[in-house]
Amino acid sequence: MAKIVEMPKLSPTMEEGQIATWHVKEGDAVDVDDLLAEVETDKATMEFRSFDKGVLLKILFGDGAIVRLGDPVAIIGEAGEDVSDLVAQAEKAKASSDDAPAAEAPKDEAPAATPAPPAPSPASGGASAPAVVASSVDATGRVKASPYVRKLARERGLDLRTISGSGPGGRIVARDLDGTSAGSAPAGRVAAAPVSREPEVVKLSMMRKTIARRLTESKQNVPHFYLTIDVDAGPLVALRKQLNTDLGQLDPPKKVSFNDFVVKAVAIAITRSPTVNATFTPDALIYHRRVDISVAVAVDEGLVTPVVRNADQKSLVQINEEVADLAGRARDKKLKPEEMTNGTFSISNLGMFGIDEFSAVINPPEGAILAVGGIRKEPVVVEGAVVPGQRMKMTLSCDHRVVDGAVGAAFLAELRKVLERPTQILAF
Amino acid sequence: MTEMRFREAVRTAIAEEMERDASVLIMGEEVAQYQGAYKVTEGLLDRFGEKRVIDTPIAEAGFAGIGIGAAMVGLRPIVEFMTWNFSAVAFDQILNNAAKLRQMSGGQLEVPIVFRGPNASARQVGSQHSHAMEHFYTHIPGVKVVAPATCADAKGLLKTAIRDDNPVIYLESETLYSLKGDVPDDEDFTVPFGLGRVAREGSDVTIISYSRIVHVALEAAETLAKEGIEAEVIDLRSLRPLDEDLILQSIAKTHRAVIAYEGWPYGGVGAEIVDRIQRMAFDELDAPILRVTTLDYPMPYSAALEQHCIPQAPRIVEAAKKVSYRE
Amino acid sequence: MNERDLAIEMYRQMKLIRRFEEESARAYSMGKIGGFLHLYIGQESVAVGANAAIRPDDYTITTYRDHGLALARGMTSRAAMAELFGKETGCSRGLGGSMHFFDAEHHMYGGHGIVGGHMPLAAGMAFASKYRGEDRVALGFYGEGASSIGATHEAMSLAALWKLPCIFICENNEYAMGTSLERSLSLTDISRKADAYGMAKDRFVADDVFMVRDRIGAAVKRARAGEGPTLIEVRTYRYRGHSMSDPAKYRTKDEVDDAKQRDALYRLQHQLEEDGATAEIEKADAAVEEEVQDAIKFADESADPGPDLLAPTTYKGEFAR
Repeated sequence: MAKIVEMPKLSPTMEEGQIATWHVKEGDAVDVDDLLAEVETDKATMEFRSFDKGVLLKILFGDGAIVRLGDPVAIIGEAGEDVSDLVAQAEKAKASSDDAPAAEAPKDEAPAATPAPPAPSPASGGASAPAVVASSVDATGRVKASPYVRKLARERGLDLRTISGSGPGGRIVARDLDGTSAGSAPAGRVAAAPVSREPEVVKLSMMRKTIARRLTESKQNVPHFYLTIDVDAGPLVALRKQLNTDLGQLDPPKKVSFNDFVVKAVAIAITRSPTVNATFTPDALIYHRRVDISVAVAVDEGLVTPVVRNADQKSLVQINEEVADLAGRARDKKLKPEEMTNGTFSISNLGMFGIDEFSAVINPPEGAILAVGGIRKEPVVVEGAVVPGQRMKMTLSCDHRVVDGAVGAAFLAELRKVLERPTQILAF
Repeated sequence: MTEMRFREAVRTAIAEEMERDASVLIMGEEVAQYQGAYKVTEGLLDRFGEKRVIDTPIAEAGFAGIGIGAAMVGLRPIVEFMTWNFSAVAFDQILNNAAKLRQMSGGQLEVPIVFRGPNASARQVGSQHSHAMEHFYTHIPGVKVVAPATCADAKGLLKTAIRDDNPVIYLESETLYSLKGDVPDDEDFTVPFGLGRVAREGSDVTIISYSRIVHVALEAAETLAKEGIEAEVIDLRSLRPLDEDLILQSIAKTHRAVIAYEGWPYGGVGAEIVDRIQRMAFDELDAPILRVTTLDYPMPYSAALEQHCIPQAPRIVEAAKKVSYRE
Repeated sequence: MNERDLAIEMYRQMKLIRRFEEESARAYSMGKIGGFLHLYIGQESVAVGANAAIRPDDYTITTYRDHGLALARGMTSRAAMAELFGKETGCSRGLGGSMHFFDAEHHMYGGHGIVGGHMPLAAGMAFASKYRGEDRVALGFYGEGASSIGATHEAMSLAALWKLPCIFICENNEYAMGTSLERSLSLTDISRKADAYGMAKDRFVADDVFMVRDRIGAAVKRARAGEGPTLIEVRTYRYRGHSMSDPAKYRTKDEVDDAKQRDALYRLQHQLEEDGATAEIEKADAAVEEEVQDAIKFADESADPGPDLLAPTTYKGEFAR
């Protein structure tokens, strides 16, 4: 008996998913837990595995399609089964996928059901989103290019959104690709196309949509206030140097970062001042007994916050390895949703980017987030004498509905104590 | 090789094949005693006699049908239409008999017949005598259609046509008859159907043509070369079957195409080629394919207006520049 | 073959055509035959008499009302019925249908659906015979409805001009589809069209199959002798409508009944019975019945033609489009 396979919920906040790649095709036999497709959710590219055994009889949405949660994406049954009724039923449901997002979306947003533009080539590595302006992108985000140009772009790994067209109506034609690599288009006979001054329009990715929605919700609904401390990081620097020297003797050698110290220090501070580890709900305040630290990680399309579970119970090296693993998989979009949710407290560290001090937006439903700046060398007064010192500023953003000023201040005082006498970090 | 005129090349092919095969004969209006309305058959009556070089009354349906009936039972007639315009009154014979007898009979019959004569515009012969008839005939499965542009191909394609066991539509051009060119002397020189020819090599734009317009396309290519555009000119020679490979190879090189030929723009050979290119070489195209055709009017008599309607080199140049984004 | 044996053979052929077509009509009503089905019932003596007047290697060609001529010339009932059923075993391998029966082996060159369009082909076959110096003749059958169309006249004009061994046999069954002779021709003596081309002519009623044989035979003799073509108008009548979808409201039942009184098949049967050939008739009837039933069964059980058949029957040899 054939049945409809629906877009599964692959992340707790997922409302729609974009099918990145089908891994089976119509007619393929499928077993329970076989990989059907990869789906890009608001969080990551997820594996979509089969709950059923049978034959994939019909794929209702191809690669690139955006499908609302629970809407049909495929039909699985027995080989040769007549699925026309199910297809008709699915088509009806599919209409909602086609229409609904457009109705919800702001007017200038592309209909969600249109396939995403081709992903930037892997060759572009970690480069940020294209920034070149192109008049060849029309109002719906479609690039006007000749079929031959599209072929060349595929072959050369070019992002046509970065190229402006000199053909009629801004069409990208072969000569516009001159110089991108040795092509067969007549070279040098045509003046370079003028650089367009039109803004570039980049379609929202699933992740960007989620970031926009969640951070807007946070800033609009959560009453933020901010507490900043400036700690003496000298002992921490010295300890880390010593520790890494010692860890370097191991086989294989190990290493920890300042951020690992911060994570562990925060975890220790939370155990001593636990009321900051809290969530506001309309009915009740929830004080967590677990210390699950969300660590903000920048990825190509935005950021994600994988969670270090029970950080208070983990060693620095464990934390280091776990964060490295999570961040790596976050960049590869391989994180599972459960690895990115249910944190109790967040840390965002921009120190490595040369930021001294900043404030962060709370990651609901958590009650607070710590924004960590870089370690600055500056003169400090020690026992009445001015000596070279190392300082680190940290700003705690608190949800005032659950974390009051005094609670936040008490937590920061504990944190300062841990960081300025850092050997205890090694003890717990 | 012998240098001869186009009409002599056609005549040579007919004569050689009549020598070779006693079942080959030619019939048509004024082909015998008059020596051919355009002197294509000049001298054939003396050489082969009235049994095989046969003057017909003005009855195209009648003599086209007699040719088909004779072919059906083993002869290999060449039926000359004084011009292809007059084939319209024999259209039923070609469409319903020549093209279909084999299929309707489940493959029992063969119809080895050649219909030939001058096609398309001449000089100021008015609307009823200027038709490009290939657009009607290429539509029909069961016939083959060829249209030489050179003297050598005139001979080689006609010999292939006469030896073919299927009905063949062989299109000449009144304004090509006096063209001179080298023609192989070999009595077994034939040009296979379905193979086009690169009349001029180029890298920037492909101009696809056949019959007389090949020469107009070559003229256009010279003008384009002066402006830095190297056009490749393809002479199709055979319209059905069509040399898809040659067209696609050229498109893969130039990524743009202009198709130039006589005949109205609605449908026709050019539209067919456009369809094949977009289907089979979609990813090679850098510009929409353009056609340069006879304008969409019955042919006017006025010399000025006639020239205005027929495809001319400047229109081909303009189209080639347009697809090259060089307007 | 002596005249008595020939009489029995012609009876068998006429009876076969009639029974074949009656069963065709039944099969049509059962949906086993599609498209057009034009029945020859009532006209059998023309095809059978004409066939008796020629040699097996002479050429024949006719209209879409072609079952009678095909069977008279020797096409098997199996090949004919299977063609009606659109099967691969049909005479035209299921590609022709009722209107396009072909049998080159028996020199039956169709089965043509364009009125008058096949008449130049008849002249063309005669042309080939003359060109090759043979004495074969071509018989071109047409309906009186084709008397108004150009191709018929061009064929006659050229055949007469070139003295081709062609006999134009106009089967005048009085109705061009639903239009009576009087309403379609200013001159109802169709044989007089021959005068315009300086061609020999003849005109008779086809009640007697022997007379059909003899009168056509005379024209065939002239043609073989190089004396040129003849136009023969044979007056006949079809009992059924023009096609299966024709209710034949353009004529009265009395008229049809009257024609049936002159039925050539029953006339021949009556003559044979008087000559004491009852046993032979019964034998022929039984053979015909068996042949027709076998043909239906054969056609029913035969396979549909496959798409592989299309390309090689459209062109001879390889053809890349």
